[in-house]
Amino acid sequence: MVKVIQSGFYSTIQDLGRFGYQHYGVPVSGVMDAYSATMANGLLNNNKNDAVIEMTMTGATLMFQCATHICISGADMSPKLNNQRIKNNFVVVVKAGDILSFGSLTVGFRAYLAVSGGFQTEKVMHSRSMFSNITQGQKLLKNDMLPILEFANDKTTSTSSIKQNHTFFKDIILPVYKGPEFEQLTNEQQIRLCSMEFCISKQNNRMAYQLEGLFVNHLEPIITSLVLPGTVQLTPSGQLIVLMRDCQTTGGYPRVLQLSVASINMLSQKFTNQRIRFKLIE
Amino acid sequence: MKYKSFGAHSILVEWPSKIDEVILKDILNFKEKILQKFHKQNIQINHAYNSLLISYNKSNKGFNHETTLLQDLYASKDTHQKSIFKLWKIPVCYDNSFALDLELISLEKGLSKSKIIQLHSEPIYTVFFIGFLPGFLYLGGLNDQLYTPRKATPRLDIVKGAVAIGGHQTGIYPNESPGGWNIIGNSPINFFDVNKPIPCFASAGDKIKFIPVSIDEYHSIKKLVELDAYELESEVMHG
Repeated sequence: MVKVIQSGFYSTIQDLGRFGYQHYGVPVSGVMDAYSATMANGLLNNNKNDAVIEMTMTGATLMFQCATHICISGADMSPKLNNQRIKNNFVVVVKAGDILSFGSLTVGFRAYLAVSGGFQTEKVMHSRSMFSNITQGQKLLKNDMLPILEFANDKTTSTSSIKQNHTFFKDIILPVYKGPEFEQLTNEQQIRLCSMEFCISKQNNRMAYQLEGLFVNHLEPIITSLVLPGTVQLTPSGQLIVLMRDCQTTGGYPRVLQLSVASINMLSQKFTNQRIRFKLIE
Repeated sequence: MKYKSFGAHSILVEWPSKIDEVILKDILNFKEKILQKFHKQNIQINHAYNSLLISYNKSNKGFNHETTLLQDLYASKDTHQKSIFKLWKIPVCYDNSFALDLELISLEKGLSKSKIIQLHSEPIYTVFFIGFLPGFLYLGGLNDQLYTPRKATPRLDIVKGAVAIGGHQTGIYPNESPGGWNIIGNSPINFFDVNKPIPCFASAGDKIKFIPVSIDEYHSIKKLVELDAYELESEVMHG
């Protein structure tokens, strides 16, 4: 078991998502930055889909009640094991009684904690990803007990580590595809959409990132249609909304762009007031 | 019909932009053919009023190749047409304690509350698809006289079961949610249950009829639902 001593700002259990239930209106969910989560699992020789803790902006404080190996990837939140600084992207041996905590956020926005074998929390519709009215819990809360498998191998058999890829966090250019309604924009709008810098507004979470500023819009709402994580919607008032992993399955705003999976991962590591630019994948 | 690439792994098929049962039937037939042809592990498929989205799990052979496959499949003879649908009878209590906006709609339209309830519970609605929230049914068939624009400021805490009108549509909030529709009643039944193998009883193409119930009936049905002892009334229909 892992005991949650402090939950951090917004921490959830996530795997790669809940697929095949979208026709019931169930969101896909899953880790926001699949690149980093997959790296943490990979370094532990876990399966890609093993459940991790996704921590947003500030880290959790956790007490391990059994031995395991851990790996943290994604945002650097200055992790500490029993108050000793440990590194991201590095396999760390943990004993029963050890306490993992985090300090200040120095790079990125979302950190991923993987444990050997993955977190064993409840699986609903083939996924452990937390979502309200699907799983019991919506986010981690103080005193939650998270089941894990004991892995008592105190040898650092794995010295696997990976250097943080800094361009992944710093790059502001997000590769995108044309959305289904892209061609309805004027030529000038198309060019502006793919050359302007946009600022991330305060409204950013697992469902969507709203962008600051208004984009001149003449497009009418569409008859309710299908959307995906990474769909960029343009509202009648000219607001751009980038849908993220917890987004609804349908929407009625024109879909002007579609982020690539790599772009969703990159955007997940950005936060309020940071800038981005879209670049069409030809 | 238009075929559009949607991201790297999905194809969006679009029908003319309108709410029409003929289009719904065509979409459902095509969806059925695709599900027969592809392994469920390899694709995910979902639809809305006038569109069908096919997402490929494994790398597909490119947009042009897959589109040609889909077009040929669409043109092939209908052999899998589903012709049996259910008519679900949904109890709804239109009592003032639930119907937060009924008074206002009644004043604005110059229709009595009982007339509005009659106009709302009379039609047989068609389930077009499920979206917005897990278990939220998009229904077609609202009487034009009940058209009510969405609220300028959405409510933050609409209760589970709220029956509402938003523009030309009506629907039931399957769980607590923010929302901008006008609330005229509440249904005591579950529209989404994660513990059931099929979490939503209704599926696209099914029909819905609202059955007005008193507040006392509402509470007894609700109790039975909580005990998992309520059997929703339904009829088989041949479409």
